[in-house]
Order: sequence, then C-alpha cells, then structure tokens
Amino acid sequence: MTTPALLQLQGIRKEFPGCLANDNISLDITPGEIHALLGENGAGKSTLVKIIYGVLRPDQGQIRWHGNPVQIPHPAGARELGIGMVFQHFSLFESMTTLENVALALPPQDLNELRARLEQTANDYGLTLHPDRHVYDLSMGERQRIEIVRCLLQNPSLLILDEPTSVLTPQETETLFATLRTLAGEGRSILYISHKLEEVRTLCDRATILRGGQRVDECIPANETAHSMAEKMIGRRVESAPRHTAPSASEARLQVTDLSVRSDQPHGTDIDSVSFSVRAGEILAIAGIAGNGQIELMNALSGETGPPRSGSIRMLDTEAGALTPVARRQLGAVFVPEERIGQAAVSDLNLVQNSFLTSADRLGFVSRGLVNWAGVEHYAQEILQRFDVKAAGTAALANSLSGGNLQKFIVGREILQQPQLLVVSQPTWGVDAGAAAAIHEQIQRLVSAGAGALIISQDLDEIFALCDRIAVISQGTLSEPQLASDITTQEVGLLMGASRERTESLSHAGA
Amino acid sequence: MLALEARATQSASAAWLSPLLAMALTGLTGALIFLAMGKAPGIALYIYFIEPLTSWSGLSEVAVKAGPLILIGIGLSVGFRAGVWNIGAEGQFIAGALLGSAPAVVFYDSTNPLILPAMLALGVLGGMAWAAIPALLKTRFNANEILVSLMLVYVAELLLVHLVQGPWRNPQGWGFPGTRMFPDAALLPMLFRGYRVHLGTLIALLVPLLAWFVLTKSRFGFKVRVFGSAPLAARHAGISNPRMIWATLLIGGGLAGLAGIMEAASTIGQLMPKISPGYGFTAIIVAFLGRLHPVGVALAGSAIAVTYIGGEGAQISAGLPKAVTGLFQGIILFYLLAFDLLTRYRLTRIGNKVSAT
Repeated sequence: MTTPALLQLQGIRKEFPGCLANDNISLDITPGEIHALLGENGAGKSTLVKIIYGVLRPDQGQIRWHGNPVQIPHPAGARELGIGMVFQHFSLFESMTTLENVALALPPQDLNELRARLEQTANDYGLTLHPDRHVYDLSMGERQRIEIVRCLLQNPSLLILDEPTSVLTPQETETLFATLRTLAGEGRSILYISHKLEEVRTLCDRATILRGGQRVDECIPANETAHSMAEKMIGRRVESAPRHTAPSASEARLQVTDLSVRSDQPHGTDIDSVSFSVRAGEILAIAGIAGNGQIELMNALSGETGPPRSGSIRMLDTEAGALTPVARRQLGAVFVPEERIGQAAVSDLNLVQNSFLTSADRLGFVSRGLVNWAGVEHYAQEILQRFDVKAAGTAALANSLSGGNLQKFIVGREILQQPQLLVVSQPTWGVDAGAAAAIHEQIQRLVSAGAGALIISQDLDEIFALCDRIAVISQGTLSEPQLASDITTQEVGLLMGASRERTESLSHAGA
Repeated sequence: MLALEARATQSASAAWLSPLLAMALTGLTGALIFLAMGKAPGIALYIYFIEPLTSWSGLSEVAVKAGPLILIGIGLSVGFRAGVWNIGAEGQFIAGALLGSAPAVVFYDSTNPLILPAMLALGVLGGMAWAAIPALLKTRFNANEILVSLMLVYVAELLLVHLVQGPWRNPQGWGFPGTRMFPDAALLPMLFRGYRVHLGTLIALLVPLLAWFVLTKSRFGFKVRVFGSAPLAARHAGISNPRMIWATLLIGGGLAGLAGIMEAASTIGQLMPKISPGYGFTAIIVAFLGRLHPVGVALAGSAIAVTYIGGEGAQISAGLPKAVTGLFQGIILFYLLAFDLLTRYRLTRIGNKVSAT
C-alpha cells in the first residue's frame, strides 16, 4: 500500500466476562477508501467499532491515527479526531425537528446560521432534508440522512456506518451509495458494516472479515461473489434452502377482509382496510419499510391488541377477530413478532421458561394450575437440538443468546408446535447468514408439510428467495398481492416508497 | 465528574449480599447516631438488635410483630414482582381489621366458635375490597395505583377513627374511643401460656411456604413473573393485563386484611383509633429487603420486627426516642437501594481529554 493509513488498528483485544470479543485484530483504513467490515452476529464487529468510536476501550493493542498512537477515551474524543458514526438504531428525538436534533449534537450556536450550514451540506451531498419537519413524521431514510448530515457538519475524515441499508428501500439505498461515493471522492474514508454481501460488492473497495472475534480474511469484494464472501464469514459451505412448491389451489389458512386497526402507539400507523389471504402450502410476503403498519398488523393478527376496529380475520376456518392470543394459538396459529427481547422472549427468564411462554396451552403443560416443568424442560431441549440453537443449556437466560440463536430458538418454539398457520415478522432481522438460512429452511419445511405462512419483512432478498406471492404495505394500506415471479425488486421498492412520496409532495404543496 | 455506567454482568450473589450489607451498615450508622446523641453506642445497639433475642418473651414479641410484616410483605412482593405498586397495604390492613371485627362488635357476648373463622374471612374480604378500588380505577381509567392505594390509607384511618368514636364505641368505655373488648371466642388462641405468640403468628409463617409453592410451581406464579419483567411478552403470551392487576392487588389486599384482623383479634383484642404501628408501610421495606422472595420476606420480616421490639426496649431502658425505630427502617432501605444500584451500575469518572501517548 502506498498511501499512509488514516486509521490503523494493531493487535486489538477486548475481553468481556466469558467472551473474547476481539482477539488480536489489526486493520487499516486508507484515506478515500470505502472499507467493509464483514462478519456474522457475534463476530466482534460492534465491539471493534465501539473501540474506534471511543465507546469501549481495548484491553490491549494500539490505535494509530495519521500514524500517531492515540487513545480514544469517549465518543467526544473520537469526534475531536474526526471520526463520525451513524448507528444502526438512530439517536433522534421524535418529537423534535430535524434542525433541533442536529443542534443538540453540536456545540451551542446560532440556529439560523446552523440552518444555512445544514441546508448547504445537505445540498452538497444530495441529501434531501427538511429542517423544520418533526422526526416522527419522517421515513427511516430521512432519519438516516439527518444522522449522516449531523456527522458531516463536524467534517469527519472517517465515517462509520453500522448496517445503514437495513431500513432503506432499494431506491434509497442507491441514493445513499451515491452520497458515500461522493464522500470517498473527497478523500474521506468510510467504514461500512454490513452483512448484505451484494451491497458490499458494489460499494466497497476492500473488506475485512471477522469471525469469532478474529480477523480471518481480507478481500477485494469486487473480485468475490456474495457466496464466496458468505463462506469466508461463516467458515463453512452455505447451502441454499430447498424451495417448496406452492400448490395451484388450496384452502385458505388465513383470510383477512377489510381489516382496519387503530394503532395503540404514539406516532403509530393505523391499518386501513387491508385484505389478503394465505393458503395452505403457500408463503405470502408483506414487504414494506418499518413503521408502515407492520407492527399494528402483526399485533392485530396475533390478537395482542384486541378486536380490530372493523373487518374480519378468519383464521383456520374460524372467525378470530374477537379471540384472545391463547385461543388463536389453540386454533393452530403461531406468531413470531419482530421484537425478540421483551415480546417474543423474556430476557431474564431461562430457555425452559421461555419455551413455556407460548406453548403452555397448545402443548398441555398445565394441569390444575400447576406447570409440568419437567415436560417443558424436555421440550426446550428438543428446540435447542432440532434448531441447532447455541446456548449454554436450557438453563441459559434468553439475553445470553446471540440475536441469531435467540431467533432460531423462538422460531423453533413456534414451529415445533406444528402450527397450521405461521405468522412471522422480520424473521431474520439482524440475524447472521447461517442462522437465517436455517430459519428459512424450517419455514419452507413447515409450509411443504401443508401449513400456510405469512412473512412480514423489509428484506427483499429474503422475500424473493422464500415467498410465493408478495404484497407491499405502505402507510397502513396493502397493495394487491402478486406472484413473486410477476414482479421485480425494483417494482416492489417503488411500491414501498410510493405513498410516502405522495404525502411528501402533499406536504410540500401545503408548506 | 462521576457517572453511573451499567455493568456488563451482575453478580448473582450480590442480590443476597446487599440486604446483609445494608443491615450491617445500618448498625454502623446507628452507632454513629447514638454517639452523637451522647449514648454509649455499644449498649444502645445491644438493646436494639440483640436484647430482644436473648429471652423467650423477647423472641415471642418479635414473632408477634413479625407476623403482620411477613403476611403483608408476602402479598406486596407478589404485586411488586408483577410490577403492580400497591403502596396502600396500611389502609388494606385497617379495612381488614374493620370488616373482620364487625361480628365481634355486633355479637360482643358470642361464644359461637364459628365467629373467629367468620372474622378472618371478613378480614380478608375487607382488605380485598379496599385493594379493589385501585384495581378498578387502574383497569378502567389507567389511574396510578401508587397514588390511589396510598391516599386510601388515610381514608381507612379516618373511617376507623370515626367508627371507634361513633357507632362502634364501647358504651361502657367512659367515653374513650375504642370498641368493646372482643369476646374470648373471637380471639386467636395463644400458643404458649404466658407468651403472646398466637395462632396468627403460625399462619403468618405458613403463608410464605404457600407463596413459594405458588410462585415457583404454578402457572399463576409464572404469569406474575412475566407480567412484571416484560409486559409486552405477557401480552404476546395472552396474559390478561386487567386480570393480573386485579389478582395481584386482591392478593396483597387480602393478606394485609388478614394481618389486620389477626392483629385486632389477638394482641389488641378490640378496635382502637390506632391499631398499626405502620405495618403496611414497613412491609414495603420488608418486601424489598427480602428480595421479593417468600423465604427472604420471612427473614426480612423477622429482622425488621427486631427493630420494633428493640425500639420499645430502648425507649424504656435507654431513654431513646421512638422515632429511632423509624430512622433505622429508613436507613436500611436507603442502604439497600444504594447497594442495589451499585450491583447494576458502577461509578466511573468521565471528562478526561483525548491524549496522545
């Protein structure tokens, strides 16, 4: 390498109790480079990035900045050096405006001056922003643009992005990439964390691959295939899931007609007259960007938010709109909500107790008010075994599992109940490739055996790999479901962003 | 500058260590307070914490005081586990004593052996009825149960004063506020001649065992746990929100009511304007000191009871003010909460600059 490195990590080691998160990791980033940090969940990406951004301190190893050894004791120190970071989960106040959110992160200054700088920076990089709109009103893409502009206002020479496209439509992703390329063209470096390998291939100059806390490889993504990089990440061969074949006609497992639901969340999205059906042996996908009514739809289907405002939910030939979650499960339906910790599982309960959570009635673990814990224990062991959940036994607490393993556990808990209908939201969100493949395979298998499945997801790769028909949810309304073979990723992407553009233009007209 | 930083892992033993440390530090702080008051700290601490345990009568008195604390503490701990914050056990205690005493006041010369079971049952119902008010208001209007249950304490106290000065006043009592003394049939039998330990004390010791069984073995116990630590998971699992609020408040109220009637129908033997030395409030400390665990609550109830008896002894033999008892209870809670915070967080210094080495 001829250019001197902007950031150089040498022998970084960080150990948490019971877990060596980073083991002797070295990495260098040259100016103007887009550098990918690849790895499965739990590979040590987050820890490494937190060390660079001053959130954590390494136990051993050295950080060099422009060749000089530095210590980064806190994020403010990182920003002082010229390191900016956009986290996966945005740190924005929903009830404040774009401008106010930006002002909060910067030293106190004149708001009008800041507004001018904000608009200037946003224009320079093609990031459309409206300084006076409230954040709750904004799409995920816009929120991310606020975070990026907020970083850029501090003129960073290194910008770290953690899974930036997980909340974006394909079109928004394109815009983001254009911006990132402009930034790199100015000589700024970008550390890009992702496990979407196709994106890394098109965007990044170099990739460092972590596995089990160690740096296992480095590659030029353009010279690789997504498949070859996935194998480097996982460390073994990846099999793609066998595809089920959807029957041409079969009875409906779920029939939703004109369903309207009022959101129980502040700034939530109401569901407006949604109709669709899921047949036996079929996987229907509901695509959409987070926050367009998916949570409300999911909770209405699982019965967690009570009867809908209007419309009907027919589940396994029974009118289920007024039934409790337990009664719906008794019919043979199971549900996997997107929130793993706190909704699908309880963090401070062990896996036996978490197995019992949704299976109590369907598997008959209760008699005369007492729990047959020995039976549940057996069931929990079966889940761990059949679904290859890596955990320190059934006595492990749910929060000790990695995201992927917890999701395998939750999906396993539901599928082993042999449901006739599976409703699952974001089945592989934040889950590593190996676990995602395993979850997809189990869903396919269940559906091949005659169950119907509804998958609510914003991952278009997943949707096209798995589903027979696709509908798009946007602002609480649903598009007509179409055969997956009749629609392209781009068309789905347009539908995902469609009605937002409509309201945006409306609010512009009003402004 | 100092800041609190969440610990990555929490020590499991810390949960049990912090009540013990809190009690030890309370003793130490007590010694300093006694010193400041001009008392010999060694002697004062001995009177407070050791002397009640050195005689059978002392132990008996401790058990008598521990009974209501344990009963109420168990009921509250079930609610607290579920995240239902019933702060008004004192009012439920009084309501139980009031309703439970009605048969003894009306049939003041009864010898019917059924009067006592009837009183205990009514006592439970009275406590439940008082706790039903916050339950109803919370499930119907989402009213905060902390405020409602707390304010109802004062309503219950005034109702008690009204009854013992008015309709229920002993006609042969020379105008003093208070009911007639209960007939013998309406009093809980003593367990040992010459000591005040009574059947209610025994019941109070059995309830933690029952609670432990229910909390660990039953589906209800599981629901309580889930409802308290992850309300959304509870909803996902189909655990009914209103039912859990009702159930936990009724259990807390029922046990407080039982404690109330057992107190009236034993050591007091009548209703008076004041029938509780703050059991309902002290039991909140007991519940937390006992880590919301039935066995822990039984131990904590006994430990706190010692300070009550020690306080009485100190008043008589060392001339210490009664307020010291309340002071001790407050200090224990303070240290306990401090230790609990430090098991979850650690103190770190922040504000150092970026440095080149």
